[in-house]
Order: sequence, then C-alpha cells, then structure tokens
Amino acid sequence: MTVDNETVRRIARLARIAVKDEELPPLAGELNAILGWVEQLNEVDIAQVAPMTSAVQTTLKQRDDAVTAGHIPDDILKNAPETELGFFVVPKVVE
Amino acid sequence: MSDLIELDLAAARDGLRAKEFSAVELTEAYLAEMARGEALNCFITQVPERAVEMARASDGRLADGTAGMLEGIPLGIKDLFCTKDVLTTAASHILDGFTPAYESTVSANLWGAGAVLLGKLNLDEFAMGSSNETSYYGGVVNPWRRKDDDAPLVPGGSSGGSAAAVAARLCLAATGTDTGGSIRQPGALTGTVGMKPTYGRCSRWGIVAFASSLDQAGPMTRSVRDAAILLQAMAGHDTMDSTSVDRPVPDYSAALTGDIRGLRVGIPAEYRVDGMPPEIEKLWQAGQQWLRDGGAELIDINLPHTKYALPAYYIVAPAEASSNLARYDGVKYGLRMPGKDLIEMYENTRAEGFGAEVKRRILIGTYVLSAGYYDAYYLRAQRVRTLIAEDFRAAYDKVDVILTPTTPGPAFAIGARTDDPISMYLNDVFTVPANLAGLPGISVPAGLSESGLPLGLQLIGRAFDEETLFRAAGVLEQAAGFAARPQTWWKD
Amino acid sequence: MSIEEIYDAKHDAGGELIAGATGDWEIIIGMEVHAQIASRAKLFSGAPTDFGGEPNDHVSLVDAAMPGMLPVINNFCVEQAVRTGLGLKAEINLYSVFDRKNYFYPDLPQGYQISQFKYPIVGRGEVRVDLPDGGTRVVRIERLHLEQDAGKSLHDQHPSMSYVDLNRSGVALMEIVSQPDIRSAEEATLYLEKLRTILRYLGTCDGNMQEGSMRADINVSVRKPGTSLGTRCEIKNVNSMRFIRQAIDYEARRQIDILEDGGEIHQETRLYDPGKGETRAMRSKEESHDYRYFPDPDLLPLELTQPWVDDIARGLPELPDEKKARFIDAFGLSPYDASVLVAERETADFYEAVARGRDPKIAANWVITNLFGALNEIGKTIAESPVSAEQLGSLLDLLADKTLSSRLAKDVFEIMFETGDDPQKIVEDRGLKQVTDTGAIEAAIDRVMAENPDKVEEVKAGKDKLLGWFVGQVMKATQGKANPQIVNEMLRGKFDL
Repeated sequence: MTVDNETVRRIARLARIAVKDEELPPLAGELNAILGWVEQLNEVDIAQVAPMTSAVQTTLKQRDDAVTAGHIPDDILKNAPETELGFFVVPKVVE
Repeated sequence: MSDLIELDLAAARDGLRAKEFSAVELTEAYLAEMARGEALNCFITQVPERAVEMARASDGRLADGTAGMLEGIPLGIKDLFCTKDVLTTAASHILDGFTPAYESTVSANLWGAGAVLLGKLNLDEFAMGSSNETSYYGGVVNPWRRKDDDAPLVPGGSSGGSAAAVAARLCLAATGTDTGGSIRQPGALTGTVGMKPTYGRCSRWGIVAFASSLDQAGPMTRSVRDAAILLQAMAGHDTMDSTSVDRPVPDYSAALTGDIRGLRVGIPAEYRVDGMPPEIEKLWQAGQQWLRDGGAELIDINLPHTKYALPAYYIVAPAEASSNLARYDGVKYGLRMPGKDLIEMYENTRAEGFGAEVKRRILIGTYVLSAGYYDAYYLRAQRVRTLIAEDFRAAYDKVDVILTPTTPGPAFAIGARTDDPISMYLNDVFTVPANLAGLPGISVPAGLSESGLPLGLQLIGRAFDEETLFRAAGVLEQAAGFAARPQTWWKD
Repeated sequence: MSIEEIYDAKHDAGGELIAGATGDWEIIIGMEVHAQIASRAKLFSGAPTDFGGEPNDHVSLVDAAMPGMLPVINNFCVEQAVRTGLGLKAEINLYSVFDRKNYFYPDLPQGYQISQFKYPIVGRGEVRVDLPDGGTRVVRIERLHLEQDAGKSLHDQHPSMSYVDLNRSGVALMEIVSQPDIRSAEEATLYLEKLRTILRYLGTCDGNMQEGSMRADINVSVRKPGTSLGTRCEIKNVNSMRFIRQAIDYEARRQIDILEDGGEIHQETRLYDPGKGETRAMRSKEESHDYRYFPDPDLLPLELTQPWVDDIARGLPELPDEKKARFIDAFGLSPYDASVLVAERETADFYEAVARGRDPKIAANWVITNLFGALNEIGKTIAESPVSAEQLGSLLDLLADKTLSSRLAKDVFEIMFETGDDPQKIVEDRGLKQVTDTGAIEAAIDRVMAENPDKVEEVKAGKDKLLGWFVGQVMKATQGKANPQIVNEMLRGKFDL
C-alpha cells in the first residue's frame, strides 16, 4: 500500500486542507515512511482479539432528559469570524 | 522575596497558611520570574493583573479561614485547557483570538481550590509533538543546557512549556496533558515530576481534544508530593465527560508513606530496546537497586507486545485527531481564510491554520480511516491495543508497579530531529504503552546524563491505583536525591 | 427460495405498474425516515429541542462544537428508540455503538455526525401497511438507529453568503430504514402514515411533518417486472406527503424515460424542488463521499439489559394493528371502519369511550360519519372536538331508549356540536323528546283521519301504500316528535291491517 501524489490529493481534499502541487511528493514520501513503519503491526496475530472500545472499564454515562443549557447565543457567536442577525455566515452553499 | 520561589508547593502552602507571606507576594514573585524568563518562551499568554486579583482574593480567604487546598498557589496552565475569557490557542494559528466562554473542569477545580492563574503555557500545536517545536508561537527552550555547551535544547513535548516553566521556577506547578507521553517525557527532559493519571481520573471536558481515547490531564511539579497534592485537586468525577469515572478521589499525599516493603516491582524485558544508551540502562539499574533497598521485591516480567505500541499509537491517535480537528473550519471561531467558495474557504483556512506536523497527522488519520483501509489500519491497531492492555493485566497479577526508563535519552538540540518524524516519534517509546492501556504513569527525575542533563525513571501502575504509584515514586525520588538545577542563564 | 425472493415474489404480485413505451415498469422504493424523538433536551446535550426560537438560541457549547466539549447521552432518547423498536416488532440490540460520520458542512459544527453505523440499537422489524384494495403490504424494517440532527443553512438571505442556525444541531433523531418493499408513490405515503401512527401511539415522535419532526429520504429505482433491481437514486429530505407522491412519480418517470432512450441511471443524491415539481442532482453531493466511520472515542458502547427492555415492552400501549384486530373481533367492525378509528390513538380512545356499554357498530357509525364529518367541515381534530365522548355516548343512550328518533338525534347532535351542550339539556330545553304517549299520538291520528276522509276511504279500499302518507302526516302534526314505529302500529290498528 503505497501512497502516490493522487492519493495525497484525494486525502487532503477529504480533510479539507489545501495542498499545492509541489507539496504532494514530499507529503507522499512522509506518509509512506509512516505507513511503512506501522506495517509491522501485520506481524501480530489478531485473529482472536477484539478491538479495544475504551481504555476504562465502565459503562456509558447517561444524562436525564432535562433542559440544562442553551439560551446563550452571545457566547455561541462571540468568537465567530463572521455573523449577521444572530447567524453564522459562510460563503454561499449550493445544494 | 526571590527565595519564595524556592519553596515547593507543599512548603508554600504551609507558609501561606502560617501567614509567613501573602498570596499576593508569592504571585508577584512568580510574575517577576516570568518577566525575566521570556527567553524560555514558556508562556503564550500571561495574565498578571488577573493573577494578582486572584491572589488578593486568596489572601481574603486565607484570612477568614475559608482557604481551599490550593489557596494562593500560583499555577501555569497548559494552553490546551479552555479558560473562561482568557485566550486559548492550543498553540495553533487556527484558534486565533479564541477566548472561550467556559472553563475546563480541571482548571475550574483548581480555581475552586483557591489556585491562582499566572498564564497559559506553550505546547506543541494541538499537543502533537515531542519537542515543543511545532507550536505556532515558537518553540520552548529547555532551561537545561549540556555542560560546556550553549546550544539550546528542546524541553520535550507536548507539555514543554509546562515542564520548562516548572523547572525554571516560572510557576509553582503546572497542568499538562498526556496523550502518548506529553507529561512524562518533558518531565524527564527537564528534571521535573510529571504524572499521567489513569484514563478517566481527570475530566477531559474543556480540554482541546487531540486523541480522545488517550488524552488525560495530569500535574507537572517539582516533587512527587506536589504532584499528589495537585492531582488531588484536579481529579474527580464529571457528569459532562462520558469517559470520566465515578470513583472517590483518595488522599494521595497520605499515600506517601515511604514504606515499600514487600512491594512487587516488575522489570519488563521488552523495555531494554536496541541501541538504548548505556547511561539509560545504568539509571534503570540504579532505580531497581533503590527500590530493592527500600524493601521492594523485583520481578522480571514480559510485556510481549511492547514494540507494537508505538506503531499502533501512530494509527489510533492521528485517526481520532483527524476527526477531532474537523471542527476547526473557519465558521464558529478562530482563523478564517477567504476562498472563492465554501470548500475553498475550508481548505485555505485549514492549510493556513494548521502547522506541518498537525497536517501530517490529519492526513495519516484521514487515510487510515478511509474506505478500504479502516480494517487494515484502525481496527487492527485497536486489536493490538487490546493485546497491549492484556499484557499489562497479566503482569499485574504478579507485580504492583512497573519500573522503566521514561525516555530513551536526554534532551536534544532544537532542530535535531525535525526532519525525521519517526525518529521524533521514538521519543515516546516507553511512555505510549501506558496511554494505550489507560494506565497511570509517573516520571521522577533520577539522575544526570554524561552531558549533565536530567534523566527520568517511569513507574506505571494499575488502573486507579495512583496511591501505590505515588508511594513508590516517593521512595524513588528520595533515594535518587535529585537536587541538580539548571544554570539560570535566561536571567542574564 | 430465499426469504428475499419470497418477499419479492409477493411484491411482484401486488405491484402497481407504470406503462412505458417498451412495456410496463415497476417502481421499487425504500425509505429512510428521520423521526425526531419527542424529548425535551437534545441527544447529547442539555439544550432545548423546541421548534423555532431565535437563531442559535437553542444551542449549547456542545452543539456548537466548542473546543473540548463532550457528548453525554440523553437516557430518555435511548428509551424512546427501544420503545419504537419494540413497536416495530424489531430486534433490540443490547449492544450498540455510536460512530462518527465525518464530513464537512457548515451546519455540521463538529465536522462529524454522531450516528450508529455498524451496530444500531434496533435491528430488523416490520410495518404492516393497509392498502386501499383491502390487502396488506408488509414493509420490512432493516434497522433503526440513533443520530444527531444537523443545523440549518439558509441560502436565500444574502446574494453570496449562507446563514447558519444551529438550533436543530444535536436534536435526537431515529433513522428508520426500510427494505425496498414499497411499490408505488401511494404505498410510500401509506407506509409513512402508518409509521407516523405507530410513532404517535408510542409517543416517541410527534410526527409533525411541517415542523420537520418527520422527514424522508426516498430511494427510487425502476425495473421491468421479474428482473433484478435497477440502479437507485436517493431523493433527500422530503417533508410532506404530497411532495413524496410528486417526487416519486416524477423520479420514476424520469428514470423510465432515460432507460427507454437507451441511457443508464447513475446512482446519485437528488433534491425535490416543489416549485418546479421535479428532482435534480444535488451539487453538494456530487463528490463521492467517504465518511470514515469509526466508533466515537468520547462515548462507550451502549449496553442495555434484557430485563430493562422487557420492562419497556410491558409498558407499551396497544398498537394500531392490535387495536384494529380487536375492534374487528370484539366489536364486529368492518376492517375499513376499524382502520379509520385506529389511525390516531386519540380517535380510537374516543371511540372506545363512546362504545363502552353501547352498541359498538352504532357508536362507530356515529363517530366516523357524524363526528368526523362535522370535524372535517370545520377543520378540527378529535382533541378539539366540541362534543366529548361522554356527550356523544349520552346521545346514543337517548337513541337507544327511544327518547330520540334517529332523525331527532341528528338534530340534537348538530346543536351539541354548535353549543357543546349535553344532549339531555338540549332535549329538555327544546322539547325535542320523542312522543311515545299513545293518547297524544292517537289524537293526532284521529285528527289527520278526520281531515282526510277521502284518503281513509282509499286505504280501506285496499290502497295500503297510502299508509306511509298517513305516517308522514302524523309525524308532521307532532313536529316529528312522535315515535314513527308507534304511529305505524296504531295506524294499522285503526285500519285493521
């Protein structure tokens, strides 16, 4: 499984990170080095092993159905780069 | 009053309670040190006025008898903890100008106990790094230098600002977070105590997430006792964190009995890695002898899957990070870079806002989760993680704690390893397994390298058995008698 | 034959076909219904779920994905998902997992949606849909899982910008996924109506489509009967019964036209445009998605116990199918009347209150014909009915004890509907009581006979048919209050018939 420039471009697109053409080969090289290094996990016999679901032995915590938050629009919006009429504002989305 | 900064947390607390000095005096002593320590680049944000205000309030409570357990203690907070109305950056450009409307549970616990905020400490960007060189705000410089060499060294990472600030006496103690060794490794590289509690012991609520299944906050201090006191205040159940565990917080200081007779200490064969410097091996041997002298029983154990911990970690952590960092999109907070449409705005914002190491990890994480690769990478890594946890479980049938070196070597020069990500990752080879298994670990300064730099020994304990860990660490600390201090060159 | 094939064969038999230039086509429809759980707070936060509100007011720090915020699940929502699963006769999975579905969109503040991918809380079940021809379509449920709703993007407020409101962000949804067992636009709406009825019986979702509490993604494909499934297109987020019908009809016709022109269908996500009455490909979904699902590390697996599930099962209300069967068996209602009465739990409860201790068929007739008719006319629901079940019951009692004739009863009902008064009061106030006093009736008969000697002669001469005329005259003379049966009997006595 080697990563080529096209794969880096696709992954960067999925991750929404702009990558210039000249950045692709070094990134591909770095990713390949890391992926090559983690290949050693293939030596491990995992056939009978369940994946870890949590580092703690406990049960899922639950909350009651009570309204305990909200009504803080100023706090929600105060760090936003652009707002208008109480909304977040983003470049137009075409559906 | 510059001698005030020589008091450790326990002593400062006693002095405050005895009214030998005021909280304002203590805080001002540290503010002065911070001002003289700018060359270390420990702080991203300093809040002197707020600190004095908090200290004044502490003096009021000390006077009227309502003092908390950390009343008047000036702390540095790693800039990964959200602090209400104080800039919180995660050392990333992408969080430009972000001032949270909320306080992390851990820092809120500290303020509730009376502690004073001095400022927000530098770190690797989003806690991704082992040398503090990935911070958007520039690297932290280790207060320690090799003997007869002025070359600046890294303090370790990611909690490098915390470690360096504690080592240089710019704060009395600090908080850190540890995802793969980010408390213990910089602790070892700066001659300070770094403690990562059991996963679930401290709430993650309000701490900028890196890898959710691994992140855990902990204390960074000058002594084991200080670590016990600070953790006492930080820890506790939080109904806002589904992975926080509902267990009472014991009196950790009370565990420091100095008595480890009969304690069974495991020495894992697999930590004797290829190419380990002789001075590390020597230190490890010394540590074993100290514990044996204290009456502990040393037992050889095996943790067979140790060598797979680091590669498993470098799948799991980037995978979780790639998802955790998706929220930084230029819409709700932080940096926004313009683009001709929404997608370009996203892509430009994230390209500009994240540094090289963060991008590298997001790309790796995105790749290992993408269609067709999930089973081969992520699922496999999580299965290996199960095996690593089982190794520890089996070992703890035979032993009570495990002793290992904290790092494979001392602090290295700034820039020495930035070209090779994997050689950088190898710094965490001894610390990562405890994160994967969720276990508590502590690094205790135990000696100096041939070049005159501090080295640490690590103890790893059973889940939620921080008490035994502190007890053994206290004995180790006592026996090692580590008293070396860096030259205060930054004050010149 | 596999179970799938048996179902297929059954469906082929019942399918409604569309004529094309090259022969008949069959529509194959599967639906993914998003039903909002009727909870006070959101799935993973304490923010309110109320409809509307100022923008970004019903938003917590968690819903806005502030750094370091963590989800904690609402236990009521878990219980509602299990209740719904039980109501759909589905398997409840005691172990389920919350996954992150990763994609970027401005109304998805976390950059991922917490959903359930590999291990949903509810597995296979079924919904039985009554068809107009009297048959039943069994629509198999593939799964039900819990997930977060997204916020809302407004695109028409500004020429070059979109506005984002996170009020809905994090609201608890149940996604109910059906097998492709639906065969026409009408069946699709009947399925959705039936699902809505079940959810409303259970109280797990209010079913309010206008407020977006129920939305459907519709998977449509077409095929020649007996051939294998064609390529499907998904029509996203349709939120009214009428649009569902229109969207399916349009989409099926579009696909048939393409196929008959020798083209092929591309699997894609489409949007229904109610203004134009057509579907179009969604531009934002053009890129093939790779959602990178993985278990949410902020949450542990959700583990339930069988006794807890059993407890919920014991607390379930009688569901529409069982109620309908009971109405047919115990009350002797027609399947049609029973279906109408069980469509809403309130209606069924109303009917049962009226029918208790009375003739169930007469009660059904009055509820369906008179009450529903009157409510429909003024556009009110059963909950807003000016006539209560007790009042309607008393009216039926007056009918049964012959205080009122059925004609008088209808008059009284109209007054009740207008005034909300009890029937007894109306009868007394207006003297509408049926006259059963034979003396008064005899007097009226005598008067009518005396006034019409010629007609009397005709009857005596054998013209029996005129008897009806006499009944009518006597009723008129008593302002309709005489008991027509007594009038009839007494007249026959007078004429020795």
